[in-house]
Amino acid sequence: MQEHDISWVRTEMALAQSAPRSEVGPAAWLRQNLFSTPVNAALTVLALLFVAWLLPQVLNWALFSAVWTGADRTACLNAEQGGPLPSGWSGACWAFVGAKFGQFMVGRYPVDERWRIYLTAVLFVVLLAPLLIPRAPFKRLNAILFFAVFPFVAFWLLLGGFLGLSYVETPLWGGLLVTLVISYVGIVTSLPLGVLLALGRRSKMPAVKLLSVVFIETVRGVPLVVVLFMASFMLPLFVPPGMSFDKLLRALIGVALFSSAYMAEVIRGGLQAIPKGQYEGADSLGLGYWQKMGLIVMPQALKLVIPGIVNTFIGMFKDTSLVLIISMFDLLGIVKQNLADSNWATPQTAKSGLIFAAVVFWIFCFGMSRYSQYMERRLDTGYRR
Amino acid sequence: MKKIFTGVLALGALGAAAGVASAGTLDDVKAKGFIQCGVNTSLSGFSAPDDKGEWKGLDVDFCRAVAAAVFGDGTKVKFTPLSAKDRFTALQSGEVDILSRNTTWTINRDTALGFNFAGVTYYDGQGFMINSKKLPGINSALQLSGASICVQSGTTTELNLADYFSANKMEYNPVVFEKFEEANAAYDAGRCDAYTTDQSGLYSVRLQTSSPDDHVVLPEIISKEPLGPAVRQGDDQWFDIVKWTYYALLDTEEAGITQANVEEMKNSANPDIKRMLGTEAETKIGTDLGLGNDWVVNIIKATGNYGEIFERNVGSGSPLKIARGINALWTKGGLQYGMPIR
Repeated sequence: MQEHDISWVRTEMALAQSAPRSEVGPAAWLRQNLFSTPVNAALTVLALLFVAWLLPQVLNWALFSAVWTGADRTACLNAEQGGPLPSGWSGACWAFVGAKFGQFMVGRYPVDERWRIYLTAVLFVVLLAPLLIPRAPFKRLNAILFFAVFPFVAFWLLLGGFLGLSYVETPLWGGLLVTLVISYVGIVTSLPLGVLLALGRRSKMPAVKLLSVVFIETVRGVPLVVVLFMASFMLPLFVPPGMSFDKLLRALIGVALFSSAYMAEVIRGGLQAIPKGQYEGADSLGLGYWQKMGLIVMPQALKLVIPGIVNTFIGMFKDTSLVLIISMFDLLGIVKQNLADSNWATPQTAKSGLIFAAVVFWIFCFGMSRYSQYMERRLDTGYRR
Repeated sequence: MKKIFTGVLALGALGAAAGVASAGTLDDVKAKGFIQCGVNTSLSGFSAPDDKGEWKGLDVDFCRAVAAAVFGDGTKVKFTPLSAKDRFTALQSGEVDILSRNTTWTINRDTALGFNFAGVTYYDGQGFMINSKKLPGINSALQLSGASICVQSGTTTELNLADYFSANKMEYNPVVFEKFEEANAAYDAGRCDAYTTDQSGLYSVRLQTSSPDDHVVLPEIISKEPLGPAVRQGDDQWFDIVKWTYYALLDTEEAGITQANVEEMKNSANPDIKRMLGTEAETKIGTDLGLGNDWVVNIIKATGNYGEIFERNVGSGSPLKIARGINALWTKGGLQYGMPIR
């Protein structure tokens, strides 16, 4: 027996209708994002006008009017300045960057020996790329090669002086090479040292705790510039004459100590975010201290502070420019140094050189930043729904 | 602050002198096979890297000349770029053998810091540059009353400027910048009427303006900046070598000996030239100095005489186009006077 109180019953599902025209497509996107209110609409128009005003000028300067080849300054001079370009011309002088490119990359490293740098760079990329790709196999071997073996091979290749390679003294190094060497050493030493210092600071052993606190607070309390300056200005007066520490070594030690202290505090922030239950859970499983930290606490803590860690790395990468204080020439330093070459003195040289340096720095920093975001998304398993 | 700074340096000088005086710099240099020369990190025309990364400039060439005198080879020199702050420490501590870094010869540096200046390779001084399109008719700094003047902060340049204007009872309006590049850009953009810095620097600033021909360097020089190479006190032999390298560069210019004709000049009958080039029989001039008797020949082959070095790096052969002016030889109305080699 069936009762038919309801006059009509739908027996199949209605077909899904497409969303209203006003809610989809580019027009809707524009309205929702750019013209949702009168104020937003006005700001959009203003911003577009600004871009329309700026972009052609930037493109014109950097690309269309730019000088790409030339042997010396005359290539980048306009008629008023006594050059071949039309009167009133203004554009980037990439010819300057082209002529100095080798120096910007590796400094005054002897030309015949530069293959050693290129080989090091290839090794670096070959070892680093699979490490960054989560699916690539042989992670453990790869990591050992990259963090433990590569530094020695790179040391031998770059510095030489034994096993058949001629010695290339570090004052000849410069440019991007110095920037990368300093930041690589900073990054590779700061993470393990930072972990140890962070654990030391939270340790219950008074001596370990005191040492960690004193180290971190001392290093964080002094600017890097001061330490570099002291190392190059005061140190030579106190050591016996004839004995001098390599300037690059001074910079490396300074940067490594600094980044470890900053890293320690970043990691400590992550440790504090781990609930007590995790420690107690690990204890109740009978794990020892290092097992507890290595298997339970650190993986969670490090994952939490990825943005902070990468922030420190990026800051360190850019701080390498401070080695200019001790007359080492990183990328920015060597660009500025070459601005004094009177064969290239034009009104456009300084702008072109500095913009080139800025773009190179940006590429590296942006790369690090994007990779860290990718890592965060991959590892945020605990929070993803 | 400045006193303390000088005190520390002087203390360092004592320590360094005690250690270094034991062996002569010449022996040290010969033992290591090259001269370590402190130069400016970058200064147009004086020390700057060229496209290949080789150091070029007047200060650089002076070190090459000393290397040629000692080793007969102008390439046996290594350059240490030094900032204004660490240059004196580098010389005192023995990190460099010569400081050829546009350093002004002052009594403080000669005495308290413990250096000896070998001579004046470039007579510099603070000057003014104006845009002649903007300020037509001005041809003397004394006409600059009421002008706005671009200057770098915290340098003696700023002090000299103030002194000069108050001494001449003129008003001015300083536009102060922290960085050299900023000051250049502001001057080029027309934010000030005049630009002041050392004259050698004005010429390089002029090259970076948008219309170099409109800019005029005014003739007045309001400070004395004799720039020269310095060595540590207490090593007279090394001091003599550096000093006489400088004189040799001047004397050869005066005698007309150049890189191109030095081989012919060896056959010259002129006794002065014979003495200089060591072709006189049984000459002891070079060996008395601790060098070979062909030391002058080696210098000239490596770098040319002073005039050639000047023209190549800062003069007519370079984009800077600085006139010889007071850096001309004494025979041509300048101040460069080489002591006789005999």
